Amino acid sequence: MHTFEFVRPADSAAAVATAAQAKTAQQGADVRFVAGGTTLLDLMKLNVETPGRVIDINRLPLDKIEAASDGGLKIGATVRNSDLAHHPTVERDYSVLSQAILSGASAQLRNMATTAGNLVQRTRCVYFRDTAMPCNKREPGTGCPAITGANRMLAILGTSEHCIATNPSDMCVAMAALEATIHVQGPTGARAIPIGDFHLLPGSTPDRETVLEPGDLITHVTLPPPVAGSRQVYLKLRDRASYEFALASAAVVLTVADGKVTRARIALGGVGTKPWRSPEAEAALVGQPINQTSFRNAAEAALRDARPQSENGFKIELAKRCLTHALQMATA
Amino acid sequence: MQATDAPLDMTINLTVNGARQAITVDVRTSLLDLLRERLQLTGTKKGCDHGQCGACTVHVNGRRVTSCLTLAVMHDGDEITTIEGLGTPDNLHPMQAAFVAFDGYQCGYCTSGQIMSAVALLKEPCGPDDAAVKELMSGNICRCGAYANIVAAIQQVRKNI
Repeated sequence: MHTFEFVRPADSAAAVATAAQAKTAQQGADVRFVAGGTTLLDLMKLNVETPGRVIDINRLPLDKIEAASDGGLKIGATVRNSDLAHHPTVERDYSVLSQAILSGASAQLRNMATTAGNLVQRTRCVYFRDTAMPCNKREPGTGCPAITGANRMLAILGTSEHCIATNPSDMCVAMAALEATIHVQGPTGARAIPIGDFHLLPGSTPDRETVLEPGDLITHVTLPPPVAGSRQVYLKLRDRASYEFALASAAVVLTVADGKVTRARIALGGVGTKPWRSPEAEAALVGQPINQTSFRNAAEAALRDARPQSENGFKIELAKRCLTHALQMATA
Repeated sequence: MQATDAPLDMTINLTVNGARQAITVDVRTSLLDLLRERLQLTGTKKGCDHGQCGACTVHVNGRRVTSCLTLAVMHDGDEITTIEGLGTPDNLHPMQAAFVAFDGYQCGYCTSGQIMSAVALLKEPCGPDDAAVKELMSGNICRCGAYANIVAAIQQVRKNI
């Protein structure tokens, strides 16, 4: 591991000012915030991340879960994933988020990993993680060996000819279905970013994964007020029963009246280059009776634009069945 | 800021197994390497060094973490408990005694991590059945495959508290 200057800022403003000196907040960042460290230190050991300065935000007062003024929930950047998953309000009103977090990583990692860290979790693509290999995300312009190589775990939605890396987060998929907003304090002030606008598609710049710029510090995430009577399910399918990344997952927040879907929020994980909200599946469901035909139609709509790679064609049908089954569970 | 290879040191205060101490470390030092290489607490094992195997599990302020994926300098003022702080050969922690009684290991390399995880699990939300224990222990890999006996040992301790 390359060495670095380790900085403990007095407050968020100092953290922002220090980080604002970076050339980029994306791949190749020369300044990084560290919270849980579960992604950053892993990648620093692999020399995929080589920051010259690491800013420890663990002592900043960003670790609270509080009621928001609009009736929603405000989740601090450094709230540990385990504390978020087991918070009584989250378990009661936003259970899809609890389910998603508890389906990811291990108990030890959930005790370390944070809200903000999970939002910027990096792909598990083996080419990205191996500095001996080309990778357009790690070193723009070097090529994407995954497209002709080991791509079984990689994405089928949102890919480009430059990158097919999967976003690995479970938490973000639930937050997409819950329509979370990410709050950032930056060099020019604070701003709020809907989660759907936070992650970027790879396009021709897969090294840019989010809209974050140098100095941008995620301070908290807000969830809108809970949807009364909503039924929430996170279903994750994977190669092992536990402690494995998703092959396909589905987050479902449904409201049903008189046997018909009146409101649907759906996002998929393990299949997209970003946490994959599916307005197509939502539109296909609303107004429809809760039955297998409606669910399958929604799944077909969600995967209509899917493009398989050489080893992951199975994910298209798997993701459809995952969403169909999640909808069955939510309405059972 | 360019990455550099010049070592940078920092002094931190840690309480390890009840003993408070000031230690100057290279900022790159993981908590795991600090425990093993500087404090000679070699009961905590290094398996994968990437948070995937659980052999390095210790408690930080009473909660289990993988000590390989956290920097020592992130823990100024924290209380660390390792397997050496749990019990002694003459006075085993109930979880250590249960692992002996139920033969919850073969080669033993993962065992201290398994036991540190299992002790932390006692204070975490966990359903009563074996499946719940298996789920919460999935971050600790046992290459010998002693899982069935590990679950039995944990359930025995849970029954007695």
